[in-house]
Amino acid sequence: MLSNYMPFVGLFVLAAAFALFSVAAAPYVGPRRYNQAKLEAYECGIEPVDQPLTGGRFPVKFYLTAMLFIVFDIEIVFLYPWAVSNEALGVFGLVEMAVFIATVFIAYAYVWRRGGLEWD
Amino acid sequence: MSLLASADQPTLEDFGTDVWWIVLIKIVGVFGILVLLTLFAIIFERKVVARMQQRIGPNRVGPRGSLQSLADGLKLALKEDIMPALADRPVYFLAPVLATVPAFLAFSVIPLGPTVSIFGERTPLQLTDAPIGVLIVLACSAMGIYGIVLGGWASGSTYPLLGSLRSAAQMVSYEIAMGLSIVAVFLYAGSMSTSEIVAAQAGGNQVSFFGFETQGPSWFAVLLPVSFVIYVIAVVGETNRAPFDLPEAESELVGGFHTEYSSLKFALFFLAEYINMVTVSALAATLFLGGWRAPWPISIWDGANTGWWPLLWWTAKVVLALFVFVWLRGTLPRMRYDQFMSFGWKVLVPTALVWILVVATMRTVGREADLDSGEVAFYIGVPIAAVLIAGLLIASRRRNRATRVAALKAAAGATRATEPEPEVLPAAGPRRRPAQAGGPSRSAGGFPVPPMDLVVPPSPRLRSKEPVGAAAGVVASGRRGRPGGATAADSTPTTPDREDDDA
Repeated sequence: MLSNYMPFVGLFVLAAAFALFSVAAAPYVGPRRYNQAKLEAYECGIEPVDQPLTGGRFPVKFYLTAMLFIVFDIEIVFLYPWAVSNEALGVFGLVEMAVFIATVFIAYAYVWRRGGLEWD
Repeated sequence: MSLLASADQPTLEDFGTDVWWIVLIKIVGVFGILVLLTLFAIIFERKVVARMQQRIGPNRVGPRGSLQSLADGLKLALKEDIMPALADRPVYFLAPVLATVPAFLAFSVIPLGPTVSIFGERTPLQLTDAPIGVLIVLACSAMGIYGIVLGGWASGSTYPLLGSLRSAAQMVSYEIAMGLSIVAVFLYAGSMSTSEIVAAQAGGNQVSFFGFETQGPSWFAVLLPVSFVIYVIAVVGETNRAPFDLPEAESELVGGFHTEYSSLKFALFFLAEYINMVTVSALAATLFLGGWRAPWPISIWDGANTGWWPLLWWTAKVVLALFVFVWLRGTLPRMRYDQFMSFGWKVLVPTALVWILVVATMRTVGREADLDSGEVAFYIGVPIAAVLIAGLLIASRRRNRATRVAALKAAAGATRATEPEPEVLPAAGPRRRPAQAGGPSRSAGGFPVPPMDLVVPPSPRLRSKEPVGAAAGVVASGRRGRPGGATAADSTPTTPDREDDDA
């Protein structure tokens, strides 16, 4: 079964070699003309605002979205094997999965109600 | 039903047994197909969008402009490689690689055709397959997000950072919907391996409706229409394509996460984006459109699903899917970010979950109670559909309550359709005309408001057939406030009304 993944590894090597070569070759293929403006961040012509080294602050909403993603992604992880072996599990599996989806739905409804899905 | 047992249909056991040089040929082949399809997709998109906008599109390089994307790629390679001083060096260099490699890898489990013979060796026209085939695609598309997030973060600039955050939030949100839409396919196919999912769509499935036996359609797009629609919407969001191309909203964020990238590094991001588009198109064909199998009228011909022919059907399906991408871009305006996110989380995700439960219930009950498919659809599908439709109706009525009440009042004559404009302007002095009845009141107040009742002039082609006087009348009546007072000669559109009054 492991031999199924050997072509995958081969494609990985080829793609990685191609990408790394492109990135490494870029500075040598193109011209190099020094200009102070090229070192600055692009902000449509206005003076760029200095960024703190840690990357600055951004809305906490993105963290919330990431956490919601993990919750639902784990739900999907449980749904896949159930879907594949649905035939074998029968009614028992269906009821189990309905209960599971219902519990996740409670969390989902809570997040919705508290405005976790709103963007402004 | 015997179609299922076709000798050319590869199954899981047929993989992992290839000779090494066959594997090499396949690896290079997949790489080449992806690069060629990317070059094709770019020129195809530009040509089709141009036609939709009544332009010609690129037509200089090569026959009918067909080599334009190749020329653009070469030109990008010869451009200067710029890096902002504040950029995080190693991450900045690695990010394009991190975006590109998974994009290539995701394609490795896509079936392109049946078992064929390459230089005498029988081998399936697919790089590899695994019991968890589709998971490889999902994992790779999730890994690609790292390239985007890190690329935006490492640029040390505001717009790329915002663009990459938006991009990541959007991709994870729509990946949920995409992952959920596929569950129903696994339910029907009983496998996650791509070759077996294609095999499951091989024969027409037996549909018996209260005793009548008919041959039903076998594509999952037909059997599971809701899944298909959710998948299509979700992958448009997942690949950051219009109308969901918010991370690259030029009017807000310049170029999004790749604003600070130039030369070949930018080309890699571009390549990754188009490869992702090709991959999700190919996955749509695999999961929902019967894979490489010939569509119905052609499938009557016995040889349609053997040899190298399926590569043609597969290409046709992928190009069709790419056309839908381009079509959406040419038709729909970009969505607002909050609308977009709430659509993903509040519409797609719950719909997909409910749909999974409905499909699973129908299948399980149908199997346990030994009903035929028609009875299952009748006894379970119809009540569930009725409940869903009733719920939607109630929800939409509740949401539109305010509008309905207002409309009822208006119908009863209680309110006017539009409120009269409040008089916030100073009273008309000697320099101001008295407000004319019917005209927009503010136009007299001195603000440079464009004429509100402007009529679009008739097209020049129409005008040439009409008498000149009539056409001039139409144009002149487009000017506000002076019915018949102005002739076509003295009403130059650049003269504001106030100067007319002063004169």
